[in-house]
Order: sequence, then structure tokens, then C-alpha cells
Amino acid sequence: MEEYDIAIIGSGVTGSATACVLSRYDLRIAVLEKAADVGFGVSKANSGIVHGGFHYPLTTLKGRLEIQGNLMFEKLQYDLDFPFRRCGILVAAFTEEELAIVHKLYLRGVENRVPGIEFCSRERMLALEEKLSSDVMGGLYAPNGGVVEPYRYVFSLSELAKANGAEFFTRYEVVKAVRNQELWELTAVDGRQLRAKWVVNAAGLFADQVSEIFGAEKFRIVPRKGEEYLLDRNSKAYPSKVIFPVPTAHSKGVLVIPTVGGTTMVGPTAEITEDKKDAATTAANMKAIFAMAKNMVPAVSERDLITSFSGSRPSMAGEDFMIAPSEVVPGLIQAAGIQSPGLTASPAVAEYIRDLLKEQGVRMTEKKHLVTSLPQVRMIREASLEEAAALHQENPSWTRIICRCEKISEAEIVNAIRRGHTTVDGIKFYTRAGMGRCQGGFCSYKILKIIARETGMSMEEITKRGRSGNLLFGKITELAEKDEVKS
Amino acid sequence: MINHKETDIAVIGAGAAGLSAGAACASEGVRTLIIDREPLPGGVLLQCIHNGFGLHYFKEELTGPEFAGRMEEKARQAGAEFLMDHTVMEIRNQEDKKELVLYSAEDGVTLVHAKAVIFAAGCRERNRGNLGIPGDRVAGIFTAGLAQRLLNMDGFLPGKKAVIVGSGDIGLIMARRLSWCGIKVETVVEILPHPSGLSRNIAQCLDDFNIPLRLATAVTKIGGSDRVEYVRIAPLVNGEPDLSREETIECDTVLFSVGLIPETELIRNCGVTINPVTNGAVADGNMMTSVPGIFSCGNVLHVHDLVDFVAEESELCAKKAVQYIKGRIKGGSQIPTEAVKNLGYVIPNSALCETTRFYMRPRILCPKAVLTVRNGEEIIYQKNVLHVKPAEMITAELSGEKLQNLPEDAKLSFELEPVEVKS
Ligand SMILES: Cc1cc2nc3c(=O)[nH]c(=O)nc-3n(C[C@H](O)[C@H](O)[C@H](O)COP(=O)(O)OP(=O)(O)OC[C@H]3O[C@@H](n4cnc5c(N)ncnc54)[C@H](O)[C@@H]3O)c2cc1C
Ligand SMILES: Cc1cc2nc3c(=O)[nH]c(=O)nc-3n(C[C@H](O)[C@H](O)[C@H](O)COP(=O)(O)OP(=O)(O)OC[C@H]3O[C@@H](n4cnc5c(N)ncnc54)[C@H](O)[C@@H]3O)c2cc1C
Repeated sequence: MEEYDIAIIGSGVTGSATACVLSRYDLRIAVLEKAADVGFGVSKANSGIVHGGFHYPLTTLKGRLEIQGNLMFEKLQYDLDFPFRRCGILVAAFTEEELAIVHKLYLRGVENRVPGIEFCSRERMLALEEKLSSDVMGGLYAPNGGVVEPYRYVFSLSELAKANGAEFFTRYEVVKAVRNQELWELTAVDGRQLRAKWVVNAAGLFADQVSEIFGAEKFRIVPRKGEEYLLDRNSKAYPSKVIFPVPTAHSKGVLVIPTVGGTTMVGPTAEITEDKKDAATTAANMKAIFAMAKNMVPAVSERDLITSFSGSRPSMAGEDFMIAPSEVVPGLIQAAGIQSPGLTASPAVAEYIRDLLKEQGVRMTEKKHLVTSLPQVRMIREASLEEAAALHQENPSWTRIICRCEKISEAEIVNAIRRGHTTVDGIKFYTRAGMGRCQGGFCSYKILKIIARETGMSMEEITKRGRSGNLLFGKITELAEKDEVKS
Repeated sequence: MINHKETDIAVIGAGAAGLSAGAACASEGVRTLIIDREPLPGGVLLQCIHNGFGLHYFKEELTGPEFAGRMEEKARQAGAEFLMDHTVMEIRNQEDKKELVLYSAEDGVTLVHAKAVIFAAGCRERNRGNLGIPGDRVAGIFTAGLAQRLLNMDGFLPGKKAVIVGSGDIGLIMARRLSWCGIKVETVVEILPHPSGLSRNIAQCLDDFNIPLRLATAVTKIGGSDRVEYVRIAPLVNGEPDLSREETIECDTVLFSVGLIPETELIRNCGVTINPVTNGAVADGNMMTSVPGIFSCGNVLHVHDLVDFVAEESELCAKKAVQYIKGRIKGGSQIPTEAVKNLGYVIPNSALCETTRFYMRPRILCPKAVLTVRNGEEIIYQKNVLHVKPAEMITAELSGEKLQNLPEDAKLSFELEPVEVKS
């Protein structure tokens, strides 16, 4: 049985950021992920906002880690090359009562030392954002807020961790943990096993179940579901900044978001659900979201809808992050209740976990040969004609366009596959192929063929995102021979 | 290295529209270059292995690939040049010419310089995401055209038990195609109170296979954890699904046949005005868009139900483009057209004083109607139309004589009035 210093359960933003930080040290690290690819949990289905740090007081852990994390994004982007833009955040008030709440947020922001935060008049708000409804009464401007492509961010974190020796195991669902001679012996659902001195529970929505597997703290993760709707890049609603309404007790409300990818996104809702796997969107929420978004930005229109999705925040009682060594069992760090602002806080969460491990006696010596940055991810749609011609010289598949809506070349898709993304969704999240207005109508058969060619899988083995989500049922001629269909 | 290429007319798209337009241009002796991103010419016709193409144009019933083959042959005979496997990335509008940016694995980057462009890039299919159909995002949800491609061109089975959403022609044809393969098609669900596809397709693709068509019915959820497991549907009452009558249908596949949308990104980016009703370009009597020298035809101009109309319209478009590069196009003011009653749109959006064929999309369903074209109160043209339905385009030809005699400030209003028929 292989032995590791640290095993991280879950490769969402929390687990991947933690792996990225810990891999700087002379430690053997394993990241265990039950899904087919990294970041396929909550971390791929959220609003993608780097929050401004004015929503929560510094007395909460999430409040502290949010503002710290926020400040770390430029450096991370420089090193890891993922799409991020510090576009700024506006909170728009439409009534006197709302304005009073915004003023409180502003004071909190000042207390939290949010750089550049401003309390704005109606005129200032309208000058800052031309897409905003003229009914606005005033609001708040936090220039430090931003947007990030969450899946690309997680992929980058995991790639740097891998470059520094961390090992990622996908389709590895931990179902059993046994303490044996100062080590945890972990067993996956398919029987694979490994041993680790320390385990980090970064299992998102399933952190409660993982804690139970270890016989550790008993708590309950309550999924709080949020639906999001994406609009075409031609939408006239694309704002220059993220626009927030005035928050309620449980949510920051329905936002209008200029994604880094160039589309406009509206959402999310916030609804407690029973079922952690429930990722369904509903007609009622779609209606509600569009109504609220139009209130703030009148140019939002259902006509521009390209797709929708839903994700659930892993919330728990107390509404704060719970990041601490287990008080029940040895060798386990809990990173649970990582709801929003989990994405924003992630770089700080990772360092916080590192420090906890240090305090627990884990020796951290920096690696001699450390990889500190990743090569740039090249994209044909960002190349000039001369650059495109040069890329073609390097490899002709750079100028074979596969995804027409997002302008993605075969070379980019092959690159994603070679980096281990072999499901249709994995390629979509890595390259954006299939994310545009046709939603894969034109390119998915081409992508299936490229996956089959590159991996040696048969077409019917390829899945949307792992497990039994196969896209095709087989060759007609072969099925006809077996009398399953008529050819 | 960047390659350069010169031509008189560049045709974007080698589907039915591009092939017909290209053949017509080349037969008038101008240098014609037909460009398509796919390796083979034919566009969507290549996956339509069923019959029903060319009855009007070739006077015989052909399959899609046969129709495409004939058109391609015509274009080649006439001397059109083909550039396949090349994607047009951008159209640049320059003073006296157009510059097209092409990417291909074969040549890398190529700039094509043309005196005029015929834009015939076809449509994309509206999909589940675009409609915001509620439920899970699982494997097994396809647009009907994609499923048709996977089945007819690549030989793969997209599922074993299907529900088809939308009664557009592609969906109906796929219902039959799947049934032929022994796949159970549980039902076709249509949100409108009437079918969107051609009557002959309802009869031949659904009735002959006992596939129920549920009209005025909405999909309330697509469910499943990895692959589609069920679809929930409910009848519409006052435009809202009646959830008390919701029903669950088990299936592993959902096909969407809910309409086509012209792919106008390229011309939109170079300033062409788009008609919000058709989603295609606004086209004048010369089939020219708002940018001089850019012409458009076929499905990217407006969605056609018959390939024969595509061919006819594209030949006209080609004729005008040839006149344009020869400096012989008729300038001056044109007579604006508008759809005023029971019609979605009229193409072209303005007419020259010459014999013109107009294409229009009815918004009503009735056994008989009268089509009237007026200038103010004055009736200019009238005809009876039988079996009016939104699925079938109406055409009307107005003679040059009539149009010439109109006053300066004339405007052509098209209206469709249903007529009672005694049974
Ligand atoms: C709608 C919505 C909008 C949001 N918007 C924002 C925002 O704008 N800004 C922001 O900062 N935050 C936002 N958040 C919060 C943010 O997305 C989360 O806090 C963050 O993604 C949590 O990351 P994680 O790594 O802890 O969890 P996850 O990403 O869920 O990762 C946990 C991983 O553990 C794996 N796992 C579970 N059990 C096991 C097991 N037994 N064995 C192996 N692997 C296992 C899962 O498969 C999963 O991949 C939003 C959340 C939602 C739902
Ligand atoms: C599934 C289906 C079934 C049908 N059934 C019938 C029938 O039974 N009978 C009948 O008469 N009609 C039928 N029709 C209608 C008719 O066939 C179509 O309207 C017609 O084929 C459309 O032709 P087109 O050239 O406008 O578009 P397309 O065939 O879509 O051609 C457009 C071409 O442009 C290319 N292209 C687009 N953008 C670019 C770019 N940027 N660079 C390079 N190339 C580009 C595409 O690759 C494509 O080849 C059917 C249509 C469909 C979709």
C-alpha cells in the first residue's frame, strides 16, 4: 500500500488550492476525487466572483479568509494563467431601506479595509455602470471585486500541484478510513487503498459523510441550491462590473455578472434542498431570476439565454467555515461548510490549512526544485493572424477550428485531453468548446471523435462527465448483428 | 506566412444555398470561390438521407446527398472553385472589396480578397439550453440534427428509448429514423397547439409508426443522475403547464427539434443589420444586406422548409451579386415591404421595380386564406392560399409592370386573411 504524508479528500477549489500550497514542501501528497475530473463538485457551478470582502464581519473565519483571498488573485493569475479580471462590484439600492442596508455594508467594508470602497450617489452609480436601471437610488462600489473562470482556476491549481509532485486520483471515492499504527488507511469504492499520515477533508457537500467515515465530528452539511442562467455574448446586458442587489440574511441575491468568458450570467437563487445531488433547474426559479435581474439591468432578456445550471452551497449550522483539526480523531483536518465565498477565500484557506498542519507538527521544508508557474494556455481566438500562422507551422491542428461559437481549435482540445480531461464536460470546462450558443450542436461529434482517437476509447465509452453518463449506445451495424436494433 | 487569394465572388457555405449561388455565379463567367468548413460540400443535406428533395427544382424526388451531389456537379461544371475544410473567421469590409480571414489545417491562415460576398452559412439548431427547459444536465440530450448526424453519417445510436421535444421537421424525420432502427419513440411533445412540421411528415413519420403527438404540452423536467431517466410533461392551460396533470415518461434520450436560428455572427460583426423577426440579414430587392457587396441567401437569410426554394432564392442572389461586381446593379430607392397581418415576415425587405418573388411565413393555421398586397388602400395583388400553416412558406410573384406603376412613396403591405370554407 502506497504511503503519503497527506491525503486530501476532494479536488474542488479547497482541495486543489490546498494541494497547490502543500506541494511546495517535501511532502508526498495524494488528492482523492470521486468524480471523473477535478473541480466537478460545487467548484464548477457557481457565480465565479471574487468577492469584495464587505459582506461578512472579520469576527467570522469566512470574512477574514475572503478579504485575504481576494488580495491574492493577481499573483495567482500571473503564476497560473487562468481567466480573472478585477472588474469591480456594485451593490445597487432601489429603496430608502435598501440604501440604509448598503450603508451598513459600506461601513463594514471600511472596517474590513476593503481597498477603494465607495458609498455612491445615484449619479455616481449610473456613471459607473451604464447598464444599470435608472431607478437606482444609490449604492456601493468595491473596485477590488472581480470575476474568475472557476473551473480553469481549479484546473490551474491542480496542474501546479501536479507539477510539484502531488498525485491526483480521480474516480476515487473514499468509503472507508481505518486508523492503523499512526496512519489512516483509506479505501476507495473500487477497492484501491492508500495510507496517509494526515488527511484533509475537503469534500464539499459530502464533508459530513466523510467526517462520519473517519468517526470524527458529527455535523450536517445543508445544501443551499442556486440556479444560474447564461446569456449569449451578444447580449446587450453585459455590464462592466458585477451588479449585486442588496443582500438578505441567507444570500447575496440575484446578480448580473459579466463573466470573464464574455457572456452575461444572471443568478443565483438560494434554496435549501434535501438532496445533495439535486442540480435541476426549475421554471419558477428561471422566471424569478430574470424578473430580479431585469429590475437591475433592463437589457437582460430571456431571448439571449444559452444555457442554465445549478449548484449547491455546502452550508452548515452557524453559517461559517469550519476549518480545524478534528477534536475527535487524530490526523484529520476538517475543511467543511465551505459555502460562498469559498472560491474567493480559497488561496487563503489553503494557507490556513497549511498553518494548521504546521501547528500540528507537520515538518514543512520547501522543495529545492520548485515549479512556481505554469506555461501560458494558448488559445487560437486570442492569436493575431501572424501568431495563428506561426502556430500552424508548429502544428497544423492549431488552425483547424472545432468549436465555431467559441473559436476553439483541435490543438486546444488535444492539449486538454493530454492533460487528462477525457470527458466531454472536462474538455468543455478546460477549453470552452461547447460552451457557446450552439451548446455543442455542431462540435460535439467532432470532439467525441478526437477523444476516441487520442485516448483509444471507443465512442460509446465516452461520457459527459464520468460514471454512467455515456453519450452513445454503440455502432448501429454491430448492435444490429446482436439483434438489439435494426440497421 | 499568410496566404493570399483573389476572386470575384466569395461564397461562404457550400450547402444547398452556397452551391446553387456558386453555380449560378460561375455560369455567368465570374471567378467564384465556394468556401466551407466541412470536408464535403452539401451542408445539412448530407445528413438528410431521406427522400423529398428537389421535386420542384430537379423535377424528381431525391435524397439530400443526391440533391447536394447534383448541385455540386453543376457548380464544378460551371467552373466554380472549392475551398473545403476552411473556416471563415472574419469578414472585413474594405473600401472597394471584402477581405475574408480563413483558418484551415491545410493552409494555416489565408486572406481571400473578393469583390462581393454571398453569405450562405446556414443555421444552428435551437437547443435545450436556449429554451431554459428545466431539469438535470445529463447525457442523452441532443438536438435532433446532431442525433441525425451521429446516426446517418457516423452510424452511432444516440439512445434506445426517446422522447422528441418539438414537432419541427427534423424531429419528425428523426422519429421515423429511430423507429426504423427499432428504437422506441415514446412521444413527440409540442408546446404549440399545432404541429410545426410539414403535414406530410406528420403522416409519414408519426402516424405510420403510431407515435403520439402531444400538442399544447410543455416539458416540465428532464430528470436523471448521469443519463436521462425520464421526462415530465404537462398540458398547457392558459399558457402555463397544468402541474396537476403532470405525467412522467421513462426514456434515456431526449431530442430537441425546436427551430433553427441563422448563424449571422460573421456578418453581424461587420455591421450588417439583422432583422429581429427572421434573425437573418435585412435584404433588399437585390438580395443585398445593409453592407454593400455582402449578399445573403438560404437558411441564414430566413429558415426555409424546402430546399427548392433555397436553390431558387440563391440563384437570384447570385445574379444580383454578379450585376453588382459588373457595376450594373440597380441603385436608387426601392419599395419597402412589410408584413402586417397574420404573417411573420416578408423577404425581401424592399423591392426593385422589376418582377420579384416574395417569400413569407404565415402565423396562422387555416384551410384557406387570401393573401393581399396593398399600397395604402389600393390592392396591388391578391391570391388564394390553401392549407395555410406556419410550417409552410408562402410565395407570391409580383410583376415588374405592377411595381413600376407605383408612386414614389409606395409601400407594399402584405396581409393574410382567413376565409370560411363550407365543409
Ligand atoms: C450557486 C453558487 C454560487 C456561488 N458563487 C460564489 C462566488 O461567486 N464566489 C465565491 O467565492 N464562492 C461562490 N460559491 C461558493 C463556492 O463555489 C464554494 O464555496 C466552493 O466551490 C467550495 O469548494 P470545495 O472545494 O470546498 O467543494 P467542492 O468543489 O464541492 O469539492 C469537493 C469535492 O470533493 C469530492 N468528494 C466528495 N466526497 C468524496 C469522497 N468520499 N471521496 C472522494 N472525493 C469526494 C467531490 O466530488 C468534490 O469534487 C458559490 C456556490 C454556489 C453553489
Ligand atoms: C434536418 C433537415 C431536414 C430537411 N428536410 C428537407 C426535406 O425533406 N426536403 C426539403 O426540400 N428540404 C428539407 N430541409 C430544408 C433544406 O434542406 C435546407 O433549408 C437547406 O439545405 C439549407 O441550405 P443552406 O445552404 O442554407 O444551409 P446549410 O446546408 O446549413 O449550409 C451552410 C454551410 O455553410 C457552412 N459554413 C457556415 N459557416 C461557415 C464559416 N464560417 N466558414 C465556412 N463555412 C461555413 C457550413 O459548414 C454548411 O456547410 C431540411 C433541413 C434540415 C435542417
